[in-house]
Amino acid sequence: MSEGAQPRVRRRDLLTLIGTMAGSAVMYQAMASLGFAAESPYRPVRLEGDPGGASVLILGAGLAGLVAALELRRAGYRVEVLEYEDRVGGRCWTVRGGDHYTELGGFTQHCQFEKGLYFNPGPWRIPYHHHGVLDYCRRLGVALEPFVQVNYNAFLHARNAFDGKPQRFRHVLSDFHGHVAELLGKAIGQNRLDEIVSREDREILLEALRQWGALDRNFTYRPGGITSERRGYERDPGGGAGGVPEISQPIGLSDLLRSGLWRALATGQLYEYQTPLFQPVGGMDAIASALAREVGDVIRLSAKVTSIRQDAQRVTVRHEHSRSGGDPQTASADWCICTIPLSILSQMDINVGAPMANAIGAVPYDASIKVGLQFKRRFWEQDEAIYGGISYTDLPISLIGYPNTGYGDAGRGVLLGAYAFGPYAYEFTALPPDERVKRAVEWGAQVHPQYRDEFENGIAVGWHRVPGVNGCYGLWTEETRRLHYKNLCEIDGRIALAGEHASYLPAWQEGAVLSALDTVTRLHQRVLSSR
Amino acid sequence: MRFVSAIAVLALATGMMQVAAAQADEGAFGSEERFMARDGAALYRGICQSCHMPDGRGAAGAGRYPPLAGNERLETAGYPVFIVVNGQKGMPGFGAWLDDAQVAAVVNYVRSHFGNAYADTVSPDDVAAVR
Repeated sequence: MSEGAQPRVRRRDLLTLIGTMAGSAVMYQAMASLGFAAESPYRPVRLEGDPGGASVLILGAGLAGLVAALELRRAGYRVEVLEYEDRVGGRCWTVRGGDHYTELGGFTQHCQFEKGLYFNPGPWRIPYHHHGVLDYCRRLGVALEPFVQVNYNAFLHARNAFDGKPQRFRHVLSDFHGHVAELLGKAIGQNRLDEIVSREDREILLEALRQWGALDRNFTYRPGGITSERRGYERDPGGGAGGVPEISQPIGLSDLLRSGLWRALATGQLYEYQTPLFQPVGGMDAIASALAREVGDVIRLSAKVTSIRQDAQRVTVRHEHSRSGGDPQTASADWCICTIPLSILSQMDINVGAPMANAIGAVPYDASIKVGLQFKRRFWEQDEAIYGGISYTDLPISLIGYPNTGYGDAGRGVLLGAYAFGPYAYEFTALPPDERVKRAVEWGAQVHPQYRDEFENGIAVGWHRVPGVNGCYGLWTEETRRLHYKNLCEIDGRIALAGEHASYLPAWQEGAVLSALDTVTRLHQRVLSSR
Repeated sequence: MRFVSAIAVLALATGMMQVAAAQADEGAFGSEERFMARDGAALYRGICQSCHMPDGRGAAGAGRYPPLAGNERLETAGYPVFIVVNGQKGMPGFGAWLDDAQVAAVVNYVRSHFGNAYADTVSPDDVAAVR
């Protein structure tokens, strides 16, 4: 149909048309103008229309399964949830003192953190544009507090830079910008950019560089009040007779370049890490707990799924007790939403068509390691004035994350002592848990020598050893997305999948939420249209 | 050694009768982009035992990691070479992080340990052929 031939449709007719063809959930979305950012794919879902007593079996009580259960129950479905672990949440998980964790291979850790202290082995931050997660937090009363991504007073550290002495983020950032601005200014002054920047733009660019880089009137980046206002002072401005500030000395350009510390400067500028970010007060699992409260008593824990079979009428799932085994049991329903990670599902007996089966088998799971460490005191605050945020290092621990809560507490504190991917993550995971902790302490002591006297205990989670997931998240490539992603998201007969693996937000809770909402919406349309 | 005693305590605590030596070997934690160990045993201890466990017996949770110990699928050397380089299902490929000689070394190690006793070996050239 050519554009000219397109019939004019009145808005009301269009909404009626959408309602007829796609089901009322879509109409609700189309009508909704709820103030969510236009770029967000999130819209609150309200499933309208009577499902006529249809039942849905949900596999997995992570965020995807819990969100699906909540919305389907609200819509009038009969819902049952099976969960392998003896807790809800999946990777939305918080470890506290007194918790036991047994990983694959049988290694058991007993968390000895002091009461009130915790560590999130999985997700630990929520970007401001993850509207789905944030909206469920709002609706379910999950209190949030700021997650500090960029702390200008935290450290950047590299083994071979500055004799291994960590540098303040603000120093590296200010000096890198300042030197680059000065260089560019010189190039303009020497007419080296005349061919690519117009005369008028050159004037503007010079002024912009002066302001951006904290250059003086001569377009140089040099020790002085202007630069100290950026990078901080050697001695800060004070009061009274001795209050005169002492200016600081920038790091030289060559030292800065060769240090490699500039590698971490842009991390906080990634869209996913831009300020502000949030964390639930008291631990990430507050989200899972709130969803589980809402979902109610339909969640069956410690249920290990062994097979998923569908026929024209129903889906039947065999399961057994996750630890004691025992007699196989069955659960069945009209429909099934399976949120089991593909690393697990790809090993399971499930009768779906070849396109979905191939998609399930096409996604490897990435490695990741996190280590939580408890110290006798919050020396990072008391000694270094680092309140929350992250220090980056080229040591195998990759970073140190400081607690974004409890500032100024005189007692103990827990920080994230390692968060690594790639080869380091495998090498950490391959070690026994206590050895992982020991290594994290040894390496961390190169950034904070206080580790040696203040360390008390720790807990280490290598995600390939987590029994419910066998990895951190689904590792898609452009090629596997092209070949399999759509097939993974289709409803195959009476079975539909959901989870971060069925999203374009790998490893993020938002991916699990958006995937679940999309799946329940399409499944609901299927149910209404099949009645 | 403090580490050895810690392992002994852990083995008792978890009721495990047998825990293979598990320390990081020379070459481990050498680079964030490559595995640095050259020796097959060291590569196994630095990578494979994350999932297939120190004793090569694999593990079972919601899913499982297949045992490499006494695994008849290792008979055709090309099979483990292909899996290590390209991955399979949930297992990532390691081709980007290991060179041909490293892949050959770790495959030869696995095929001659954990109750496996295949006499033939693979060469770096065999590995290059599947990349």
